[in-house]
Amino acid sequence: MSGEIILTPPLADEDVRDLEAGDRVLITGTILTARDAAHQRLARLIQQGEDLPVDIRGQIIYFVGPTPTRPGEVIGSAGPTTSYRMDPFTGLLLEKGLKGTIGKGPRSREVIESMVRHKAVYFAAVGGAAALISRRIVSSEILAYEDLGPEAIRRLTVREFPVLVVNDIRGNDLYEKGVEEYRRIHR
Amino acid sequence: MREIKAELITSTLKGMVVESAYHLGEDVIGALKAGLERETSPQGREILRQLLENARIAAQGRFPLCQDTGLAVVFAELGQEVSIAGGGLDAAIHQGIREGYGEGYLRKSMCHPFTRKNTGDNTPAVIHVKVVPGDRLKLIFAAKGGGSENMSRVTMLRPSEGKAGIVDYVVGRVRESGANPCPPVIVGVGIGGSFEKAALFAKESLFRPLGDRSPDPELAELEDEILEKINDLGIGPGGFGGRVTALDVHIEMHPCHIASLPVAVNIECHSHRHGEKVL
Repeated sequence: MSGEIILTPPLADEDVRDLEAGDRVLITGTILTARDAAHQRLARLIQQGEDLPVDIRGQIIYFVGPTPTRPGEVIGSAGPTTSYRMDPFTGLLLEKGLKGTIGKGPRSREVIESMVRHKAVYFAAVGGAAALISRRIVSSEILAYEDLGPEAIRRLTVREFPVLVVNDIRGNDLYEKGVEEYRRIHR
Repeated sequence: MREIKAELITSTLKGMVVESAYHLGEDVIGALKAGLERETSPQGREILRQLLENARIAAQGRFPLCQDTGLAVVFAELGQEVSIAGGGLDAAIHQGIREGYGEGYLRKSMCHPFTRKNTGDNTPAVIHVKVVPGDRLKLIFAAKGGGSENMSRVTMLRPSEGKAGIVDYVVGRVRESGANPCPPVIVGVGIGGSFEKAALFAKESLFRPLGDRSPDPELAELEDEILEKINDLGIGPGGFGGRVTALDVHIEMHPCHIASLPVAVNIECHSHRHGEKVL
């Protein structure tokens, strides 16, 4: 695909089918947030055969732990955290119908294979551009695990939230392609 | 003896915590602009522009540069002629951290290692105290992001691996870190000493202004060599491919045991937040 693509969850197979690693995507609508501790809890519920506190079918999970919200603001700074820490749990969530994740940094081989199997995609947001990114978030509410503070599960409403496709449903990887193109070999 | 009030230490630290969360140093902004000049990847250039824009709106709106407002690391150089009045040094530092992270609406990221229960106020800080001659107290504060700290390592090389082994190790560490630590990164390297001394040197070297070179010409040359090799890795801004993978490399060195060659690599993200004050 070329140009900018708008995605609005919930996503179906046909929404992600044509996405390619490197595509710029703007997400408008709602996304969920979860990071380390919330993933551990969700995985435990799945392993115990219990229901999840949020419906993740067709949804996108953003790996983020925002700064506290100042009075009068929608949310604090809210950039992506490193994704590999969620690798042990993402496969379980994809089996439950999750269609996408947003973070930074590469995913494991297992997660990439699982995304191919379940027709899901992994997006990157720009790490450390948290103040800029927060401007695309128009509302935020806590859905579960409020006791986890910055790690609580939130529903964010976003408008033209900018991400790049890192892994598409064919298993391509933007990080690998990018480094391949720009590295210089010594010796 | 010169008296310094504990509450002055607290208020000084609180100020550094808050200001460093919103303001990127001029040296970092300069390095990002210089990176934009030499980056050839369009995606890399776009990310550098976004980071500069992020710094601008963070400063303008007093908004945290990054949601990870860090683990609080404090280096205190305490003059031996200083007496601290009205409380202990550690307690005064912790109170400054507590107040800064609270009043600045910064994220509290400290938790119990097993239960992961948040301490709620970003304390305890990691504090290193050095006693030095004189009657001043120098406080260095760093907000260290978890993503880049996670990519840091200490290794004990065989002495025969020498300088070439050190270069390979440091460059290899940045290669393996890839997009994880939010490149372009700043790389602190500690060579020699012991296991913990190398790590401490690696962290301390991060506080030198970007562009600054080691006073030791051999180390200055090594800093340039490693920086060039890192920027040839192709990782680039955000890790999406490009020529600007590191903004700088700083090295500190100490003699070591005849059996050892300790090397520590402390990786810092581009959101390089720190402050320094002398009381």
